[in-house]
Amino acid sequence: MSGQALLLSLRLASTVAALLLVIALPLAYWLAFTAWRGKFLLESLVALPLVLPPTVLGFYALIALGPRGALGRLWQAMFGHTLAFTFTGLVLASMLYSLPFAVQPLVTSFESLDRRLLDASSVLGAGRARSFFRIILPLAWPGVVTAVVLSFAHTLGEFGVVLMVGGNLAGITRTVSIDIYDRVQALDYTGAKETALFLLVISFAVLSVVYGVNRRVWSPWSNRQAH
Amino acid sequence: MLSVHIEKKFQVAGTPKFQLQIEEEFAPGFTVVFGPSGAGKSTLLDCIAGLVRPDGGKITFGEETFFEAEKEICLPAQKRGIGYVFQSLALFPHLTVAGNVSYGLSGLPAADRVGRMERILGAFHIERLRGRKPGELSGGEKQRVALARSVITEPRVLLLDEPLTGLDGGLRRAILEDLRNWNAGQRIPILYVTHNREEVDAIGDRIVVMVDGRVGERGTPREVLEAPRAVELAQAAGFENLLTGRVLEHRAADGVMRIGLDGKECELEIPLGNAQMGETIQVAIRAGDILLGTRLPYGLSARNVLPGTVESIETRGTMVRVQVNAGVRFTVHVTPGAARSLELAAGSVVWLVVKTHSCHVVTRR
Repeated sequence: MSGQALLLSLRLASTVAALLLVIALPLAYWLAFTAWRGKFLLESLVALPLVLPPTVLGFYALIALGPRGALGRLWQAMFGHTLAFTFTGLVLASMLYSLPFAVQPLVTSFESLDRRLLDASSVLGAGRARSFFRIILPLAWPGVVTAVVLSFAHTLGEFGVVLMVGGNLAGITRTVSIDIYDRVQALDYTGAKETALFLLVISFAVLSVVYGVNRRVWSPWSNRQAH
Repeated sequence: MLSVHIEKKFQVAGTPKFQLQIEEEFAPGFTVVFGPSGAGKSTLLDCIAGLVRPDGGKITFGEETFFEAEKEICLPAQKRGIGYVFQSLALFPHLTVAGNVSYGLSGLPAADRVGRMERILGAFHIERLRGRKPGELSGGEKQRVALARSVITEPRVLLLDEPLTGLDGGLRRAILEDLRNWNAGQRIPILYVTHNREEVDAIGDRIVVMVDGRVGERGTPREVLEAPRAVELAQAAGFENLLTGRVLEHRAADGVMRIGLDGKECELEIPLGNAQMGETIQVAIRAGDILLGTRLPYGLSARNVLPGTVESIETRGTMVRVQVNAGVRFTVHVTPGAARSLELAAGSVVWLVVKTHSCHVVTRR
């Protein structure tokens, strides 16, 4: 098993999960509470990575991040190198790829909140920010955990996008899934076996957390809350 | 004085669209907002609170404008200084009683906050609940907490949407008493939505009746509910007998008219109304206002004596509900003792006695 690839994957997954949470919270809030009729368009856009082959996503990401893409050009002008085949580029592409896994659990949990609680909060003088941090966020807690865990796990296991955008540079863009692929190509089944098993265990653990939280097994007020 | 002049299209799931149209002033003290469900009572409260934006009109409180369509003024809910207890109560499930009650005090210095909270917890008798979460409270306790949470901010208007539903009479009276005592020092307008006759009688200052998005009637509960003028109100106010009949004769000199019920052989003398000869009208009679006799009574002042047969008898607590077929079906309430001494049973032949002024002409909309 390659420790370097593993560390890289964990670093990538946690960076992506953290950044996605920051982006997904306001996006999900808006999607859950807007009365705009065209919001289904944005919902479709957010869900797109679910159905698009990772290679297609990766291809567009590569173009955008490369020296001819707008973002890539801007980046090159600022930092002197393009985003393609770098860790930062990988983070950006992975965020795109895992976006629905962060946004959808949040939207679902925001939408399932009793709107009267938010009305009560406003009537009691709370502005939007206070309502969000005192009422919405604590009550949508399982959704937040689900969003973080799923985007982490999903990024950990991605392959196609990484290959397209990041290539296979040891210590920079060679993640565990790429590493497994490499080893299988090189007929190193023993190494591949260890890494694959490790990913399997992590994925299972992560999903158990998600399902457990949503059953309120680990909820801080599960046994005290009125259904 | 809270002044509400608004219109708002609204829709309750599964019913046709309504137009809420209200022109009403609410003085300090209790105003009961009464009416059948779907009449727009909650929508009215939501408009006043700033949770729903009316389509047009104006809402002012004293000098201050909460809403004015023409000037595009719409003060957000958090700036209106209104207390609101929702039908669902909407207690924050993750906060303790203390957290819920003090939620609206975030702007105050900590010392004031503590002092005010102690006063309010005391006034509503919930001091010992302060550390509990809403999930650990009984129905009555939740209702007390919701009331305490809504009044602790010293609101300028208090909106109560069936806040005491499901409580037994004694508990309800006790909570109402706490609320009354609290408002003795505040003197703010309190809008109190309820379907419950007992609550209406217990609060009793002033009542407005909403039917289909409009205020149909207003006055004291006695004036309004003892002589309902609309079918929906008669049903809501507990008039069990709603009969349809045709005007047969006007006797203006006696102040009465005679109607034939549903084309049957059954006639009633009722107070003179502004109905034309031959017009079909609705008459509401309380089941408790009808007398039952097992022999033909005579020497009575009551003008309506109708023969009939008992169809069914049903005991409901301390009341016996008797269905009598007298050409049309009447519902009569008697006491269990009366039912025993008259030896009432299905098939018994009885006479119904109805005073002229127990009959109230009501109209459809």
